This record gives sequence, C-alpha cells and structure tokens, in this order.
Amino acid sequence: MSTTNWQGARELINVQRAISRGPLYVAEHRLRNMSKWIVSMIGFGIGNPVMFLLSVGIGVGALVDSNQGSAGVDGVGYLTFLAPALLATAAIQGAMDETMFPTLEGFTWGKLFFGMNATQLSGNSIAVGVVLAAGVRCSLSVLLYELILVLFGAISLAAVPALTLTSIFSGMAFGAVMLMGASFVKQDDGVFAVVNRFIITPMFMFSGTYYPLAVLPIYLQWIGWISPMWHATEVGRFLSYGHQIEPWLLLTHFSYLGFMLVAGIAIATWQFTRRLAK
Amino acid sequence: MLCLSGTNQKEFQLSEQTNEYMIIAKDLTKKYGDFVAVDGINFQVKRGESFGLLGPNGAGKSTTMRMIASTLQRTGGDLEILGLDPNTKGPEIRAHLGVVPQADNHDTELKVWENLYIYGRYFGLARKFLKNKIEELLDFAQLQEKRNVKVEELSGGMKRRLTIARGLVNEPEILMLDEPTTGLDPQARHILWDRLFRLKEQGVTLVITTHYMDEAEQLCDRLIVMDKGKIMAEGSPANLIKEYSSKEVLEVRFGSTKNAEVAPLIEKLGDRVESLPDRILIYSEDGEAVLNQIHALGLEPQTSLVRRSSLEDVFLRLTGRTLVE
Repeated sequence: MSTTNWQGARELINVQRAISRGPLYVAEHRLRNMSKWIVSMIGFGIGNPVMFLLSVGIGVGALVDSNQGSAGVDGVGYLTFLAPALLATAAIQGAMDETMFPTLEGFTWGKLFFGMNATQLSGNSIAVGVVLAAGVRCSLSVLLYELILVLFGAISLAAVPALTLTSIFSGMAFGAVMLMGASFVKQDDGVFAVVNRFIITPMFMFSGTYYPLAVLPIYLQWIGWISPMWHATEVGRFLSYGHQIEPWLLLTHFSYLGFMLVAGIAIATWQFTRRLAK
Repeated sequence: MLCLSGTNQKEFQLSEQTNEYMIIAKDLTKKYGDFVAVDGINFQVKRGESFGLLGPNGAGKSTTMRMIASTLQRTGGDLEILGLDPNTKGPEIRAHLGVVPQADNHDTELKVWENLYIYGRYFGLARKFLKNKIEELLDFAQLQEKRNVKVEELSGGMKRRLTIARGLVNEPEILMLDEPTTGLDPQARHILWDRLFRLKEQGVTLVITTHYMDEAEQLCDRLIVMDKGKIMAEGSPANLIKEYSSKEVLEVRFGSTKNAEVAPLIEKLGDRVESLPDRILIYSEDGEAVLNQIHALGLEPQTSLVRRSSLEDVFLRLTGRTLVE
C-alpha cells in the first residue's frame, strides 16, 4: 500500500480558474480525440482537393476555358474562379465534422457531455470548447487546401493570409449553426443524412460554386443568398483575384456570416445548458 | 493501491471533522409538471459516512442523486452540499465531487489512461500531478495492464472500475455512485464491492443508490429506503432489519397454483406471512422450527429455505412490494 497523500479537492482545485478555463479543457479533450484520426484527416485534406482540382478544376476547366477563353469566367480562368469556392467548402466541411458529430456523441451516443457536466464544466463551457476545437480542425483543412491550391496555381501565395482568416471565419459560422442544430437532435434517425442531402448538397450546388450565381434564374438565386457558402465564396473571390463587389455587399457578406456565428453559438450554449439540466 | 492516509500536513483529516455535514436536505422536492419525482425528503450525510439510497426503479433515487450532484435544480425545499447551495453554486460544488453515473460515459476512442487524464484536465489539474495520480488510480482499479487499451475493448466490469477511478481523479470530498454494479456479473460485482469497501475504510464519503439489498448491506453505514419519491424508513441496515423484520425468514414454495391456497393454513406459524406469486415468506425468530411445524401439518413444500432477514424484507414490509419487480 503506497503512502500517497490525499489532499482533497479543496486543496487541489482552483475552482474559479477551472471554471474560467473550462472551454480550453473541453477543446483539449476534443483535440486529443481528433489526434486519433490525424492520418485520415491529412490524407482526406490533401486527397480531396487534388481529386477535385484534377477532375473539375483542370478537366472541366479545360472545356470552359476552350469555349470562354482563359479569362472567360468573372474575368479569370475557370480554375482561379473555382478555387475560392472549393476552399469555402473545405472550411465548412471541416467545421461541420467537428461540431455536428461530437455534439451527437456528447448528448446521445456516448453521453460524454454528461460526464463533463459532472465536473465544474457548464453547458456554456462545453459548447464553446467544441467550437474552439472545431476551429483548429477547420484551420487544418483550410491550410492543407490552400497548400494544394497554391501548388496548382489556383490562388496566389499573397492571397493566402487573408483567405485563411476569412475561410476559417466562414467555416466557423456554419459550424456554429450545425452545433446549434445538432444540440436539438435527440436521436440520430438519419437526420444527418437528411441534412447532407437536402441542405449541404443543394447549398453546394446553388451557391455559385461552379458558375456565377447571376447565371441562375432569379427564382433559384435565393438559395445562394441564404447560403453561407455563397457569402464565403464571394468574399474568397474578392480576396483571391479581386472579384468586383460593392462595399455594401461585402459588408453584408461579413455581417451575414458573423450573425450565423454569434447566433449559432448563443442558441447552442442555451440549449446545451438546458439539455444538461433536464 | 490508492491510500488516503499520509504524512503531509494537508492529509485527509477525518477525525477532526466527523461532525461536519457534507449534505443537508430539508423538504427536498423535485417536480416535473404535476409529477412529483422527489417529495419533500429530509436527510443529512456526515463526512466519512457511507450513505445509501435504496429503492426500486422510479423511487426518486437518481433524481435525488442528480440534485446532490448539482446538475439538476430542485423545485422546492433546501439543499446544502459542502455548505453551498447547488442551485446557485453548482460548478463550485461539482469541482469537489466524484460522480459515477449509472451508464459509463467514457471516450471509447481514447485509451484507458487517456480517459483518466482528460477527466483530470477538466478540473484543471496539472499534468505533472495527473501523471502520478493516473498510476495510482490504475493500480486501485486493477487496470494497470489495460492502461494502453482503448476503452471500447474493456469488459463491463473493467469499464465500471474505470468510471470509479475517474470519479476519484480530483480527490473528491464526496464520491457519488448511481447503481454502481447494475448489469455486472457476480464476480465483477464482488471485485467492485472490494474496491468501494476500501474507499469506505479510508474515510471517503460515499453516497450510493442501489436496488440491490446485498449491496446496500455491504457498503452503507446508513441508508434511506425510498419509494414513490418519499422516504419510507431511515437507519443502518442492521437497525432497519431489526425494526421492520424478524431475525429469520422461511421461504417455501408449493407451486404457483397452490401458494395462495396454502398461505391461510400457515399464516399463524410466524410473526408475519407474505404471500408472493412464486413463494410464501414466513417471518420468525426460528425458521427451522416453523418448517417443522409445516411438516407437522402434513404440508410438503416443493422447496424450502431458511435465511436471515434482509433489506428486501424491510422494503416488502414497508411498501408491500419487492425491490426488483
């Protein structure tokens, strides 16, 4: 039998500090969990853009450019036009993966959040911690994608810093909304398959990803207007190759994404707290 | 092996604080709309005490536990944990508790030691402290050989021991165990009881809910028997049995169709008779003597068993129902 000293929690724990740093502890857990998948994440993070750029960027791009000329889409080549949209997609996908599934795991599958809440961690700390970790994942996805885009000559190195910040911002805005949505899901009865098929895919198809939104008939353009992907893509195109945007519209893009981020986190923290206390 | 005694000035001073109440509940109530889950119960738990909440499913035990664990707000009465009100100081209280929930909720993708580590980090415990503490807890939970195994590969009993070890990572003032051995096989239950008994011996304040009478008898210094949100009785297991039951119980089975028919013939033989669908219980100070009297009446039970009274009998006496139905 060892003579280990039992100091007791009152001696060991600085409660106020532990409460204030709660989100960091949750994020630390999430990052440790993510580290188990790091090879897959990097493989996917590199493989996905390479495949997309080879097939759509270069393949479809060759067809478009041969018909429209090398500056025929929004004043640039098709690959340059497409790149910011793909980057926005990668950011959104990365953030979504790390908000949606951990939330369902936390509340329903493994009930990890209830274990966290048995400590001094509150619903607020847990929700913010998940968002912080999703931000790290989103950053990894964005940086890997940008690396490939630069290698393919789809974006310039000079545009990378600004694109990195806005892409992460856009990804987190959508991630916050997914965090909010997932926090209301009681049972996974295929709900995420529905989300993927009826929200994510249409958003990807109707957000001016492959062609300017203005090409669509007006009765379909509204899908792009409400889609965070369109707002993120427009900002990306502005930063990447100087796509023309009115200042008020640029402000609208940022405001829309900012609203999603703030409202998503606010409602999610409220729901996390409420659900953990039931 | 985890040991709570030491030579440091900060060591766990049980003897000096035996009168300190860790938990005080007065008219504690929890309602969900019109449904009253916990109905104005009163109890106190002293430092170092092993306190049990015994009752069937739906008795209000887990709801009471969640209010003590400061994750569920009461709707009436007063509750004080470590001198604080959980409705306003929940996080401050929870930092000092160890909680073992009914269902294990580990991160199954992480290794055994990593689960202890991340849980310690939730409390903001230093990495250096945790390095030693994890070794100690792995020894205590007899999981040292499994330290680098993913949690999803552990057996049910091992997961349960890991949950208990996790609950001790912050050296809690109170360790709360909600149905700690439900779903485990007999061997795993006995290993777990051994671990909990060691904690009890070392002065950790335990609060345990269970619907297993043998578990309550083994682990609890004092307990409350709950049913339908109310406290039916309170005391030590021995005193409750003494107060509400006889020394021995004779269980006889005449067959499911004959039990009800025979019961009136033998109801005068003991202090009290309970006729259940599958058996008849005769409460007496001398079970063997009652069995001889039954034989003398010319009755031949298919099976008979003389045993000492248990908390199951106390519960049956108090509520007219068995604990596990």
